Amino acid sequence: MANALRIKLAGRTILVLVFGFLYLPIAVLVLLSFNQSGLPTTWSGFSLRWYVSLAGNSDILHAAWNTLVVAIFATLIATVLGTMLAIGMETRKRKSTPLEALAFAPMVIPDIVLAVALLTLFSRLNVTMGLHTIIVSHVIFDLAFVCSVVRARLKNFDFSIVEASRDLGASSFTTFWRITFPVLLPAVVAGALLAFTLSVDEFIIAFFTSGAGRSSITLPMQIYSMIRFGVTPEINALATIVMGVSAAALLISQWLNKEQMTR
Amino acid sequence: MNIDFKAPVLAVDTVVKRFGKTVAVNGLSLDIRENEFFALLGPSGCGKTTLLRMIAGFEVPDKGRIRLGGIDITEQAPEKRPLNLMFQSYALFPHMTVRQNLAYGLEMERLGKTEISARVEEMLKTTDLQALAERKPAELSGGQKQRVALARALIKRPKVLLLDEPLGALDKKLREKMQLELKRLQNEVGITFIIVTHDQEEALVMADRVAVLKDGSILQCGTPEEVYERPANRFVAGFIGVMNFIEGEIGSDALFRVGGEALACDLEGLKRNATAVLAARPENISLKPTGAGIAGTIVDVAYHGLDRQIYVKTALSPAPLQVRVAAIGPGVAAAQTGAIVSLGFDAAACRIFQD
Repeated sequence: MANALRIKLAGRTILVLVFGFLYLPIAVLVLLSFNQSGLPTTWSGFSLRWYVSLAGNSDILHAAWNTLVVAIFATLIATVLGTMLAIGMETRKRKSTPLEALAFAPMVIPDIVLAVALLTLFSRLNVTMGLHTIIVSHVIFDLAFVCSVVRARLKNFDFSIVEASRDLGASSFTTFWRITFPVLLPAVVAGALLAFTLSVDEFIIAFFTSGAGRSSITLPMQIYSMIRFGVTPEINALATIVMGVSAAALLISQWLNKEQMTR
Repeated sequence: MNIDFKAPVLAVDTVVKRFGKTVAVNGLSLDIRENEFFALLGPSGCGKTTLLRMIAGFEVPDKGRIRLGGIDITEQAPEKRPLNLMFQSYALFPHMTVRQNLAYGLEMERLGKTEISARVEEMLKTTDLQALAERKPAELSGGQKQRVALARALIKRPKVLLLDEPLGALDKKLREKMQLELKRLQNEVGITFIIVTHDQEEALVMADRVAVLKDGSILQCGTPEEVYERPANRFVAGFIGVMNFIEGEIGSDALFRVGGEALACDLEGLKRNATAVLAARPENISLKPTGAGIAGTIVDVAYHGLDRQIYVKTALSPAPLQVRVAAIGPGVAAAQTGAIVSLGFDAAACRIFQD
């Protein structure tokens, strides 16, 4: 008994240490973003001054705007294409392994490989790089994530409701918009939120495909360039906001996924 | 019964359907009459569901035609056909309430709002679903879902309603209740019903006519009495109800000989001086005074309330014969496990097959 208790205790300790290592720095970062003084060593009271100064920083605002544009467009395109891909793959009678591999490859290929490959491609085609190239690049990996979320839902989708709709007199078009799409909607939204989160804090691919100059810099790139001169409280505040947005999107996405599973 | 049988409303004409190399439906023809309750009965894989899906429009036959009310619908899209299918899984729309599920089919006909709500209300009443109208399918029991699925198909007032194993997912008690309920509804709405089932009891209880299918072909088509009492072949005999099969032979004297007994069975169309198989229902075998008939030992007695099914081991067949004995009357006292009994056949009711 004592032995079992000791093992249990050791397990607990390791768990606490691991999670502490993971989340303590984040907690400190969030805390420091509200610190009155700019010094990371002393707490001198709660303040929102770093958030205020952030709002006055045109570089950061510009980068935030770029990030939003990239994330929204990439999410929209990837959601439409990913959903169509998922439905196509699940309704095909013949299952194709190469297609599956192709659809999911962007999830497992290292970002740096994808980034270099895309940069090579764009420069080879003499495409002027900017926000549009970041958007195209983000669509590639967002698509795989949307597709996998929607497909998971389709695995337990009762296709007989599609036939029932036809049987009751609806065309395939009406059937899609009144039956298939509403039933899949929670999964589609969950996939879109996941894609949005991934796009917002993606660094490497955006860095490679944004082109020269500062005009199409995104938030993670902005933070990276600021951090080279030391971690300022402003960065803490900015990181806190980015994390907040991502976490919110992720939580809603997971909640939607759970919701539809229990239905 | 004053059902008015008219001309065929649905005609299936030498239809063939293959999936790869397997032949699901093999040159099958069928005429369904107006207002009929018709059952397609067969073991799984006999092609009955494929046939139903071709009638509904979800599969297109490789050969042959399907006509509804004289109009060729073989290649018509499912949404254009004036018939409806009730799915085995019920296929209710999960994101809609019962009321919305019912209204959907009428909305597709572009009917006015007032007419739709009036007809939905009427159908909710007919199927006793008023109290559940605002519920979603996930909040319904199996029996309730079954009623919604039926109501959703019936509300379209189809010429023919197709039912794919409609009671398969229900427990025995509810199934028996729904069998009568379906029959009552069919009488009430006056729509032709075609039901697919693998449950022979269900087919016999509900249908006006039954078609027994095997390997994509119809083996026999007739009233429940016909297929039960005069099965056309050995498969139908064995598939419907309980049947004892006993090997014997037909003599030159036109009598079927088995275990020293000579039975005057109907031997029309059968070869003389050849082996044959006797098919006898449990109710066609009776207990006789010891000494006469065929001797056997009771190996098991199954209590069924009004009667008992006794299992008698004889020299005639490897499997024990099943014999029905009335719970009240002669023979009950003797029907004990281990008892030695004598059996006699009701020759006129038995069937003889030569394969």
